[in-house]
Amino acid sequence: MIKIDIQKKLHAAHGEMILNLNLQIEQGELVAIYGPSGAGKTSTLKILSGLLNPDSGTLSVNNNLWFDNKQKINLKPQQRKVGYLFQDYALFPNMTVLQNLAFALSKNQDRSILNELIEMVELGELQHRKPNTLSGGQKQRVALARALVQRPQILLLDEPLSALDRKIRSKLQNYILSIHRKYYLTTILISHDIGEIHKLADKVILLEDGKISKQGTPTEIFINQKVSGKFKFTGEVLSIEKEDVVYIVTVLIQNQIVKVIAQSTEIEGFQIGDQVMVASKAFNPIIYKID
Amino acid sequence: MNWEPLILTFKLALVTTSILLVLSIPLAYWLAYTKSRLKPIIETLVSMPLVLPPTVLGFYFLIAFSPNNAFGNWLNEWLGIKLVFSFAGLVIVSIIYSLPFMVHPIQSGLSAIPPSLKEAAYVMGKSRYSTLVNVLLPNIRPSILTGIVLAFAHTVGEFGVVLMIGGNIPGQTKVASIAIYDEVEALNYSAANFYSAVLFVSSFCILLLVYLINGGYLKRFWK
Repeated sequence: MIKIDIQKKLHAAHGEMILNLNLQIEQGELVAIYGPSGAGKTSTLKILSGLLNPDSGTLSVNNNLWFDNKQKINLKPQQRKVGYLFQDYALFPNMTVLQNLAFALSKNQDRSILNELIEMVELGELQHRKPNTLSGGQKQRVALARALVQRPQILLLDEPLSALDRKIRSKLQNYILSIHRKYYLTTILISHDIGEIHKLADKVILLEDGKISKQGTPTEIFINQKVSGKFKFTGEVLSIEKEDVVYIVTVLIQNQIVKVIAQSTEIEGFQIGDQVMVASKAFNPIIYKID
Repeated sequence: MNWEPLILTFKLALVTTSILLVLSIPLAYWLAYTKSRLKPIIETLVSMPLVLPPTVLGFYFLIAFSPNNAFGNWLNEWLGIKLVFSFAGLVIVSIIYSLPFMVHPIQSGLSAIPPSLKEAAYVMGKSRYSTLVNVLLPNIRPSILTGIVLAFAHTVGEFGVVLMIGGNIPGQTKVASIAIYDEVEALNYSAANFYSAVLFVSSFCILLLVYLINGGYLKRFWK
């Protein structure tokens, strides 16, 4: 079990901010941290791994103190045994895939884990390639395997899949889930993708301005408050065209372009670039699975 | 033809560059990652030889190393080292004089490496030393090569500081740049031309090699 009670002053883009965390994570849980950029998500992972020193508080893992400013205990990152997957993968460019993994071995560790991991993330054919010849998804698999070489109990994932397209993302989510279960890890994942959090996480922590504003299961956090049977999206107006007696408004919702028919009274005062809400009541949407 | 000044020049450059490389890696590492308030002062000191006339450096070293002064006297009596008008003195002055040419490329190379590489190695339980040797240095090879060549070339081209502290002793301190000056003074143009031409061609070849290696031209050629 991880017990965190930590304070740290951070210098964020909009001035100083106090990161104040107080939470408990059970062994074997997969916890997602969700929140706007600059809320302190990456700093939380860095504090857990020892790369960033908190100002005050305590941090203990399975009843071992890792940090306590009163007792002057602060374990170095080298002593903490965590697996850390960096946002930019942090693969060593001078080493091949296999060498990257082998470098992570601790002294006298059995090399057989290397083959096990390479097989698990299906990197066999790529093991003698250098990282800069790999695609984003392949790099991510190498980084994931490398984070597991030392058999950590805690796995920290900093937006591991945000740079990848949907198909590869879904495959990597499966890798993460199977690894999490197979090694009985405690995993903490930063993600901006609500779908991903639903698929992977047991628990979500909503972090805003350095504070935990909500925590619970993904359903509690994301769905319960929003169940209304309505289709409601916000987007940006891209263009307004007149067609006979109606107007056609083109709206960008996330990364989808949608055309909406509107009366002249409805679009009064609309300008291109405005944020608008598109909503619909009393109709039956069709839902089906894509590929 | 007398090859002695040329051999001496390259010997001086080789010894200076080797010692500089060993000194500069820890210094550049410290400068690249420290948050100490002393950093700007140390940075300034390292860069001073870039702006100071070589004669200023030479003058102060001459004063400091002179056996008539406390420090020079102590060196002479206790360690039996005479740094004025000797090869050892030239090496020490050259190290100081070429320090920024070695430290700056290595420092900027280290600063340009994403911090996550270092952090990843630490999280894997690797020490700072192991991280430096296995992760950081192999990824800044072009910077190290640039530093080595600039320091070497700069030492070859030294004149004022050598003249001040080394004088003009054949086989000891009479390096090629001094010899050229000497021969011109004596109106011996053919000898001056010989030294100059050798320096010109060798400098061109060394720099060309660096640009070929760092630009990846050689790799393409081999493939």
